[in-house]
Formats: sequence, C-alpha cells, structure tokens
Amino acid sequence: MSEEREPVTRIITPVRVEYTYTPGIASERFLRGVREGKLLGAACDSCGRVYIPSRGACPRCASPTSEFRELSDKGTVITFCVVRVPAANIDVPLPYCTANILLDGADISFTGLIQGCPFEDVRIGMRVQAVWRPESEWGFGIGNIEHFTPIDEPDVPFAKLKEYS
Amino acid sequence: MRDVAIVSYAQTPYVRSERDRNEVEMLMPIIDEVVKKSGIPRHDIGFTCSGSTDYLAGQSFSFVMAVDAVGAWPPIKESHVEMDGAWALYEAWIKIQCGEVDSALIFSFGRSSMGETAETMTLQTDPYTMAPLGPDAISMAALQARSGLDAGLYSERDMAEVAARNRRNALTNPEAQLAGEFDVEALLEAPYRVSPLRDHDCPPITDGAAAMVIATADVARNPSNKPVWIRGIDHRLDSHQLGSRDLTRSPSTELAGQKAGVGAGKIDIAELHAPFTHQEIILKNALGLDEDVRINPSGGALAANPMMSAGLARIGEASRQIAGGAAKRAVAHATSGPCLQQNLVCVLEG
Repeated sequence: MSEEREPVTRIITPVRVEYTYTPGIASERFLRGVREGKLLGAACDSCGRVYIPSRGACPRCASPTSEFRELSDKGTVITFCVVRVPAANIDVPLPYCTANILLDGADISFTGLIQGCPFEDVRIGMRVQAVWRPESEWGFGIGNIEHFTPIDEPDVPFAKLKEYS
Repeated sequence: MRDVAIVSYAQTPYVRSERDRNEVEMLMPIIDEVVKKSGIPRHDIGFTCSGSTDYLAGQSFSFVMAVDAVGAWPPIKESHVEMDGAWALYEAWIKIQCGEVDSALIFSFGRSSMGETAETMTLQTDPYTMAPLGPDAISMAALQARSGLDAGLYSERDMAEVAARNRRNALTNPEAQLAGEFDVEALLEAPYRVSPLRDHDCPPITDGAAAMVIATADVARNPSNKPVWIRGIDHRLDSHQLGSRDLTRSPSTELAGQKAGVGAGKIDIAELHAPFTHQEIILKNALGLDEDVRINPSGGALAANPMMSAGLARIGEASRQIAGGAAKRAVAHATSGPCLQQNLVCVLEG
C-alpha cells in the first residue's frame, strides 16, 4: 500500500426507531382532563401529597396516587428564569420567561411561560393564572395552556414556598 | 466473601402488550411485594439498583422516572445499569461484598411492545460496520443456529424439542406468556421464519418487570423468609464482532460457569436465559450440565422474554424452586447482546 489516501474522518449511519407510546393509567387520566380544560392532580394514598401530572406513584412513599382531584389553574411562582438563547424544538420568540408554578392544591410545581408583565416584575411568590388557548385548539397536551399571567393577589411569602423551591 | 441470600422475588404477569400501565405502575406492586416479603423495613434497605434501557422506552433517562416506584425520600443510594436486571443484581452483590451495605433492592422492567424489538436490538451492535447493515436480532440468532447445525452439534429436531419442553414446563407457571403442549413433528412442518429458525425457535415479545431483595446472613435470617444463598456469581463477555467469534460455543458462559463454581456440586435445576432454542443447547454444553438436570422448569425465555428482566427472572425463578423445596442447588444464567455475547452465571443453594 504505497498510495497515500485521505483518512476516513466521518461516516453517516442514519438510525430510525419508531414507538407506539402509551402513557399509563395516571398520565392518561391527566391528559384526558387537559383535553377538557381541567387540571387533574392525583393524591398519594399514604401521605396525601398531590402530584400534577402524576405518573401513578408518590415518589416519596412509593404508594399509588389513586384519588384524582381537579386543581385550580391559579398558582404561585416558585422560581423562574429569563431565556435569551435559542434552543432546538422551542419556537417561543426570544426572550421569554419560563417558571415553575405551584398550582393551588398541588404539592409539586409545574412549568409554564410567564407573559403579561415586564420580566423585571416576575418574582418568587408572585400569583399567576393560566391563559388557555381557544377551546377549538385543545388537544391531549399541556400546550393547551398558552402561558400564565400575573393576577391581582398578594404575593405568597417565601416561608410558605420553601418546601417546593 | 460475605454470605448473601435472595430473600424475596416477584415478577409481573408476562404479557404480549402492557398498554394500560406505564413502567412505574407495573413496578409499584411488585416492589411493594418484595420489600414486604423481605421483612426488612423499606428505609433500612441499603442500596437500590435497576436494569432497563432507554431504547425500549423510546425516551432518554427513562429509568429515572422508574425510581418513583421505590420511594426515594429521604434520599437513597441508587444506581442503574443499561442491562438486564441480572447485572443490577451483580452490582448490588458487589456493593454488599464491599461492606458498604447489608441489603439491596434490585428491579428491572421494559415494554418491548412499544417498539420493534428485533430491529431495536440492531442498535446494540457496533455502530460503524455492523449496525448500518441492519441485522435484526432474529437474523443474528439464525446465523448462530446455522453455524451449529452445519457443525453437526444439534439438529432442527433437537431445537423443536427444546421449544416443546420449555412451553410444556410453562403450563405450571401462571406468569408465563406462552405455554402449551406442542407436537414436535407438527412444529417441524412449519415454514422457516428466518432460516433455519421457525417461529417456535424464537421468543415471544413480552412486556413485564421483576424485583428482588438480597441481604447478608444476619439480615436475611429473618424468621419470615427462606433465604436462598448466592454461592457464586460471575459474568464474562465475548467480542462484540460476530465475525470474530466461534458462534457454535459460548466461551464467556464456560468461563463464568467455572468462576461461579457450577461444577463444585450436583446441580438439580438450571434456569437458562436462552431466547432462541439452539442457545439452550449451547448453554447446556458450556455449563457442562448433566442429562438429569431439569432445565427451565419456569418455561424460560421461550415462554416469556421480558427484555431487561428475562435474565433476572431466571435467577428469581431458580430461587423460587429452591425456596419451594423442589431443588437444593441450582444454576441460573442471564445473557445480553447478540448471540449470547455476554453471560452471567449464578449458583444458588438452599
């Protein structure tokens, strides 16, 4: 082999795997609720903590979360960040504010966009409410909530949110 | 060496398609069962280790969500192997041997039905020269079956007899998926699926999960359980390149069997993780099992092949045979990779 050759530096080997995903009993119930504009939390059989969405188990107790209850679409900002860099698969115009929101009656926070106020006004403890897309656009996804917007209610003191932060 | 025992084992019923429950919902009842049966308070179990693969779930870090079924608060010591649960057991056993913990919970799970399992398994081959050729799991097993037939090590009839015996054995296993009386002559009349494999030579597609608790002697000697001792456990592997292997043998099983001490005493039963009929024959030879050893009283992987749990299930099923008094000494085997590439051998005693 006297001939000089360029080294092979790259090959492309496409892979495609298809799945038919089913979400499970608890998640399906949550998704069917969202389809009707309802936010269904599920309470742990042992400790009573309410998860949304629930995957069927309380991660603290390893007990089932059998009891479903409809939660308010109002909640409290637990933490937030203002995003100024683009990311793949996210088509929200930059910059935007994403937040962890503790819905009233839930024991775990939930992610949503905050709109309707300047970013510098967003703060931990701020009260917000879901703004839903028009009912005709609802599907089986949390995208039915377009964003959360501030509401005229007093802030929740941090001491009350500490456990969820 | 610290004496370590299997103190409890449970598995889900093995089914073709678990469409209703997700992985957490499948695991919760069996984890609850093994923890309760172990007699060890849940928060006293020192270590948790799981085996699963994101390729079955179709999502990254899918194993993290499964921890919800364990109850990880206050924080627990936890680990995961992207392998069959038998290797999660191995990691837990090492952790106990190191003296770090005295007990461990092991679990594994998978829903093969969500994807195309045979094609998904292609992705575990070398991504540069093998995977692009697209050999699926059944085609690779067929290459191996052919090499043994051509070498005169077994016949297609021998293979059909393996299928018939396993599925007959499964008649007494309420959790098995595929059980029944099959006539060997009729099986041999069926067309090939991927020559020389017929449908009966291949495992069913199975969804399911398994869970186990192991513990040291002082913890395991709880009056409420019958400990089954792990007397030896070892795993070895062959090259990932099919072309560089002698597919008629399983050298890694031979070595793991020697290291685990299979030959140190009489074996009553063997639970061999052989998804394809000819592989049971290869494994039986590799482990040097006598003719009087009862192989796969559970029905084995030909009766139910829950990916990522079928190996742990062999160990669990063997422990049940001993705990139930049907055997004194057993060998259990788990495999991973194409054509018996990686093998774990475990020797159990009552």
